[in-house]
Amino acid sequence: METLLAFVIGGLYASAVYLMLRRSLVKLVIGLALLSHGANLLIFTIGGLTRTRAPIIAEGDLVPAPPFADPLPQALILTAIVISFGVTAFAVVLLQRTYQAVGSDDLDRMKTTDT
Amino acid sequence: MNFLLLLPILIPLSAAAVSLLAWRRGPVQRRLGLLGTSALFVAGAALLLHVRSHGIQAVQIGSWPAPYGITLVADLFAAIMVLVAGFMGLLIAVYSCGSIDARREQFGYYPLLHILLAGVCGAFLTGDLFNLYVWFEVMLIASFVLLSLGGERAQLEGAIKYVTLNLISSALFLTAVAIVYGATGTLNLADLHAKIQGLPRGIALLPAMLFLVAFGIKAAIFPLFFWLPASYHTPPVAVSALFAALLTKVGVYALVRMFTLLFAEDAWTFNLLLAISALTMVTGVLGAIAQNEVRRLLSFHIISQIGYMVMGLALFGLASDGPAAVLALAATIFYIVHNIVAKTNLFLVSGIAARLRGTYELPNLGGLYSDRPGLAFLFLISALSLAGLPPLSGFFAKLSLIQAGLRLQQYEIVAVALAVSLLTLLSMTKIWTGAFWKPAPGGNGAGDSAISPGRYGLLLAPVIVLAAAAVILGLGAGPFFDLSVRAAEQLHDPTEYLRAVLGDLK
Repeated sequence: METLLAFVIGGLYASAVYLMLRRSLVKLVIGLALLSHGANLLIFTIGGLTRTRAPIIAEGDLVPAPPFADPLPQALILTAIVISFGVTAFAVVLLQRTYQAVGSDDLDRMKTTDT
Repeated sequence: MNFLLLLPILIPLSAAAVSLLAWRRGPVQRRLGLLGTSALFVAGAALLLHVRSHGIQAVQIGSWPAPYGITLVADLFAAIMVLVAGFMGLLIAVYSCGSIDARREQFGYYPLLHILLAGVCGAFLTGDLFNLYVWFEVMLIASFVLLSLGGERAQLEGAIKYVTLNLISSALFLTAVAIVYGATGTLNLADLHAKIQGLPRGIALLPAMLFLVAFGIKAAIFPLFFWLPASYHTPPVAVSALFAALLTKVGVYALVRMFTLLFAEDAWTFNLLLAISALTMVTGVLGAIAQNEVRRLLSFHIISQIGYMVMGLALFGLASDGPAAVLALAATIFYIVHNIVAKTNLFLVSGIAARLRGTYELPNLGGLYSDRPGLAFLFLISALSLAGLPPLSGFFAKLSLIQAGLRLQQYEIVAVALAVSLLTLLSMTKIWTGAFWKPAPGGNGAGDSAISPGRYGLLLAPVIVLAAAAVILGLGAGPFFDLSVRAAEQLHDPTEYLRAVLGDLK
């Protein structure tokens, strides 16, 4: 399972880079979203996948009985997903406003501020 | 007493919340802006005094014991940075009252200013890797909106580049966090200190390089700085000045934290950092000399100055004996504070010049020396301080860096630093002759925009304070440098940091 997910993560990073290198603004934003998906999935996978037991502490115990699934990666990903959702929403609005102001979604035509 | 650690985060967050309640009521928001940032400044000063006399302070959020919960830590370096952030926030708030137009004010300029400060202070104070990511995002999203607020074409184009590169950097940061967690099973910085050293070199080097790239993008080091000159000159100058003061420095702060606490062992990394610092200095200053627009010129200068800060960090890692390492780090800390003071002031002065003449282009500026000699004098103080002339703050900052370099026999980097210093002076002269010394293209006093004395006072007050700060940091360098040395000692020997966070367990 980890091996399969490793390939999926690699695929997400690769397609994100490919999309960001295109000239279209829309593809840029999709690329950014895929990049954060890749990073989130990486945290999920690297935390270790286990089907054994949920990390619930039995009555009278102080720690859950091993082996159990690590709950922290999920908490981290949840935070990261919310953040990337907000940021992507901002990026989409920025895309739309830029398209209105420039009249094109071609990144090569947005060079007036370059030095 | 540890409540002091929470204040620098709570004050700006609640100021932002209250400002949002006063939506579209400009005067109320302006007052809240001044009030919130003054309170942050006072809280920063109280925190610094407390940390100076009582040692490193830590708070476990929710009382979860150390490696499991989120920790806030204030060592001297963090406390100094929080104080400077509050100071800059206050001055920028004053300047904004005189310069931000009603439309931007109506669409939430002041709440965003507070949120940005909250993110910056949170990033300084956190002792947890993932929490650092969250504060970076808080800071970034506020800066995204501040940068594009107003919706001019140049702003939007700049924002696209700024947003894209910063999001890539965040994704790399998150990747590094994942690898660190996978390899060690913890994200608490103090806990990581010991666990990273137990890792094989190859595995430790991977997150180290990812952090270097992620924070390098945010700090704008060579060759990752291209978003900065493309975006920093587009928003109103109060925003540019705030970004110049704080955002790249948060990146430098994170680099210093990572490479002193987690990855302090590997000489290869620090040799790489040394090469990067030289290239950053040189490309930044050469880019600056080529510019004719004041804000673009100053933006390139930010990059060049980041090189000096990274140079101190690199020398720290290469030092074989304790005192030299401490000297190099202390120089970096002093340099960061000096640079924030000097660079912000140059942006603010350029804003006043543009307000008077309606342009940032050097060929169209001129005659400001004969019209406003006071302003010219204030500019000169900051410009000479940036270039490193005695007795201003920049001289002592550069002197201590160069002393550290000489002591470590890194003569190449010393030569580069001195040469770049001269080029800095050259480019400051370019602004001086272009905007102040040469006669105005249309005759002196011609084309001056009317500016009311009250508003001019609001714009000038922060400039005067910052120029005075540059002089005080220079003339009274002794006590300030001693404080930097103590902060550097805490970074060099993290025992106290570890004890403050983890207790006496380890």
